Amino acid sequence: MRFSEIKTHLSKFRVGIAGAGGLGSNCAVALARSGIGTLVIADFDIIEEPNLNRQYYFTDQIGLMKTVALKENISRINPDVFVIIHQKKLDRINIPEIFSGCNIIVEAFDNSAMKEMMIETVQIKMPGIPLVVGSGMAGWGNTNDLISRKIDDTLYICGDEYSEVSDSLPPFAPRVGIVANMQANVVIELLMNIK
Amino acid sequence: MKILLNDREEEFMKESVSVNEMLLIKKFSFKMRIIKINGILISKEKYDTTFIHDGDDVQMIYLMSGG
Repeated sequence: MRFSEIKTHLSKFRVGIAGAGGLGSNCAVALARSGIGTLVIADFDIIEEPNLNRQYYFTDQIGLMKTVALKENISRINPDVFVIIHQKKLDRINIPEIFSGCNIIVEAFDNSAMKEMMIETVQIKMPGIPLVVGSGMAGWGNTNDLISRKIDDTLYICGDEYSEVSDSLPPFAPRVGIVANMQANVVIELLMNIK
Repeated sequence: MKILLNDREEEFMKESVSVNEMLLIKKFSFKMRIIKINGILISKEKYDTTFIHDGDDVQMIYLMSGG
């Protein structure tokens, strides 16, 4: 496939992103630059100053809804991407509705209980839809511990699966960005395998 | 019985163990995790009533906060 054909191919797909924080905002931007046709982004939060150490937002966007600001930022990077936003806290009921029609879903929450809820919901209520999870990316260094791991055709894990955020091990742009881009890379790999 | 646990072979002295027994025997105490047996996700409420048998493929994923 030539580059122009690859771009046409990727433009046919719809990818869901659950959360628009460090993982979600960076993953969405990577997917937008790659020319994914439609991104469905859900988050209920507003941008606060501490988010800017890793999340794809700007100082003049503090106080805005993350979904609204991310849609704006994506339109400035690649206006051809169709971005659908949902300002909602995701739960077991609304996840299948919000992400229906998505070819792949990216789990991009910060809280581990939400990650668990997301995996259970997608695996049980949306069988066959691949979910790409981020787990373990706090702190700095240990770059080579960050891996992407295929569990089976519907579940992929990116991260080191051990470093949890705490006051002494905060999330930083490099490791969060690596994992977010790993998730985007898995998404593109899976989409390129669809005929 | 012998099972695959995260792609590694593990041997247990019993013919089958519940998911919770397996976690106890292996001393896996970290709570935030997902377990799949032969590709099927096992919800937490079923850890006592779901049994692991010889030859099963068990995948365990640790969920860390941060993102």
